[in-house]
Amino acid sequence: MTIYLDNNATTIAAPEVVEAMRPFWSEQYGNASSMHSFGGQVKRHIDRAREQVAALIGASPAEIVFTAGGTESDNLAIRGAIEALEGSKKHIVTSRVEHPAVHSPIKRLENLGYHLTEVRVDSDGALDLEMLDRSITPQTALVSIMWANNETGVLFPIEEIAQRCKERSVFFHSDAVQAVGKIPIDLSRVPVDLLSISGHKLHGPKGVGALFIRKRTKLLPQLLGGHQEGNRRAGTENVPGIVGLGQAAELALEGLDKEVVRLATLRDRLEKGILDRCKGARLNGRNRLPNTLNVSFEFIEGESILMMLDEHGICASSGSACASGSLEPSHVLRAMGVPFTCAHGSIRFSLSRYNTVEEIDQVLEVLPGIVDRLRELSPFVQNGGSWA
Amino acid sequence: MWDYTDKVMDHFRNPRNVGEIKQPDGVGLVGSLACGDALKLMFKLDDQNRIDQVKFQTFGCASAIASSSAMTEMIKGKTLEEAEAITNQEIADYLGGLPDQKMHCSVMGRDALLAAIDNYRKGKGFERKVESRVVCTCFGVSEQDIERAIRENHLKTVEEVTNYTKAGGGCGTCAPDIEAILTRILGSPPEEVAVPQKPKRLTTIQKIKLVEETLEREIRPALRKDGGDIELVDVDGNLVIVSLRGNCAQCRVANFTLKDVVEVKLREFVSDDLVVVEEAMAGM
Ligand SMILES: Cc1ncc(COP(=O)(O)O)c(C=O)c1O
Repeated sequence: MTIYLDNNATTIAAPEVVEAMRPFWSEQYGNASSMHSFGGQVKRHIDRAREQVAALIGASPAEIVFTAGGTESDNLAIRGAIEALEGSKKHIVTSRVEHPAVHSPIKRLENLGYHLTEVRVDSDGALDLEMLDRSITPQTALVSIMWANNETGVLFPIEEIAQRCKERSVFFHSDAVQAVGKIPIDLSRVPVDLLSISGHKLHGPKGVGALFIRKRTKLLPQLLGGHQEGNRRAGTENVPGIVGLGQAAELALEGLDKEVVRLATLRDRLEKGILDRCKGARLNGRNRLPNTLNVSFEFIEGESILMMLDEHGICASSGSACASGSLEPSHVLRAMGVPFTCAHGSIRFSLSRYNTVEEIDQVLEVLPGIVDRLRELSPFVQNGGSWA
Repeated sequence: MWDYTDKVMDHFRNPRNVGEIKQPDGVGLVGSLACGDALKLMFKLDDQNRIDQVKFQTFGCASAIASSSAMTEMIKGKTLEEAEAITNQEIADYLGGLPDQKMHCSVMGRDALLAAIDNYRKGKGFERKVESRVVCTCFGVSEQDIERAIRENHLKTVEEVTNYTKAGGGCGTCAPDIEAILTRILGSPPEEVAVPQKPKRLTTIQKIKLVEETLEREIRPALRKDGGDIELVDVDGNLVIVSLRGNCAQCRVANFTLKDVVEVKLREFVSDDLVVVEEAMAGM
């Protein structure tokens, strides 16, 4: 049996989503741009998905552009906004803990001569709002700050940031890939200009996402060669994917408030259990998404923990260097100043609406033993982190 | 997900020879908590000078634990001469192979073995001696380590060197240096490297300035990657007093960083006779 607690990496597509997508492979396979009614029908379904996604985030349907996922949405937002300014402003503000889908396009712009401010976070993962405030100048073209961090679940004060950007007429993009569908978001109240969404993080299909582009926001398309999506994203639409994303958005909105409470209760049970029962456990991040728990275990290494959890059918992830195939531990934990005794031993559990209290208790049953076993193997345990 | 062999998984699940020996004949320590993997190896010889008991403790991933366990099985009953002839490739082969990016785990096993044998012969010093210039300051990898990995494993690219030794896997600033070592060993014509010239005699003020410049250029980028920093406190004759901040200050490789990296760099770029000390220790 699999206990899937890696929902920030990807989620199962909801059965309703799979069902909603089904007709669009071999029955209603028309092209929405065609002049015949067979294609025209399909357009209605795309429009309906646009309404479903808009409803989830308090936007209007015309503000939603479908893309091939969170990564494309981030790239389109950042590069599209910067290009629209035609080099009139050359400064970008972001945080030190963004996902590579934001960080890498911004780094590319830095190489092209843009200046960069990467706002700090503190040891709880909270953003240094004062630093952000200070770094915005008349030269600032774009602020890009994620809504919730994928590794720790830490939430950033998006409403305040959006307000400040609005006052100073600076574009504000937020990567909300981890937040949409997990917490209520109402863009009719929060003046974000651009917001990224990914289908597979909210029980929709992989390879489809959306970018919210607020009315009258100037953005240069990055994929050229067609008039689809209001000339903002060329290419024949991924109809099954878009319909699936729409269905997933609708499902997420139903009972969201209750689900937030249920998930937080489950997560807190897991958190308390681990901190109480596992030796050397330490919590990473406070003020978080309801579904995310990131803990470090002193003196032991994350990949080993994951492999032992895997033997019990438990899926989680780690910010350890080994687990990622790089040689350095997670940039997020390092930005938070997690001590080096713990940085390589971090584990992320991320829950979904399909997880149960029995699954959580099963993890609590096996994890303390795994930690003990690896501590026995570790040369550092007896000496508090030093040799001999 | 890594593609580990059944043998790796077996040694990870049921590591052989875990633990410590009360009065070992030799002890070897390699790696650190900051680097993400570390291995402590102990052995005791029998009356025919063969390895009789061997125990290890490892902090690291599945392949680090499996490599350590495999190595201890391989050296049991061997003389030290036989044991020290074991290559990292043989450790990897014993396990049915390791993923490319995990080959450094087998190197760590072999290095701990050499350190323990060295400790037995000299009767002191548990850690690997650095007998040559440190090339990768992030993971403390010396030129000698890199050369040996290249020769023994027929490495051809910087990426391969990183997979086997971790060198270049941190901030990446030593990549050209690794490239140059590869070129030298693989026999292509050596390229001229422009090294800032070392002035002959320095006034104290010139010396301080040069030390500060060298720290900024050669040392800080790597330290900052790990959230640490180094500050110049004073220069007193040939004594350079520094203080370490953040992760580096408590890091197990701190001694290594100070003595072997900072000093080597300062001697290279400022003056041959400089001695580096840490602030807290300066008065002792
Ligand atoms: C915060 C964040 N942004 C962007 C992405 C990329 O989304 P996608 O996988 O849909 O391209 C992810 C997913 O890993 C993410 O967690």
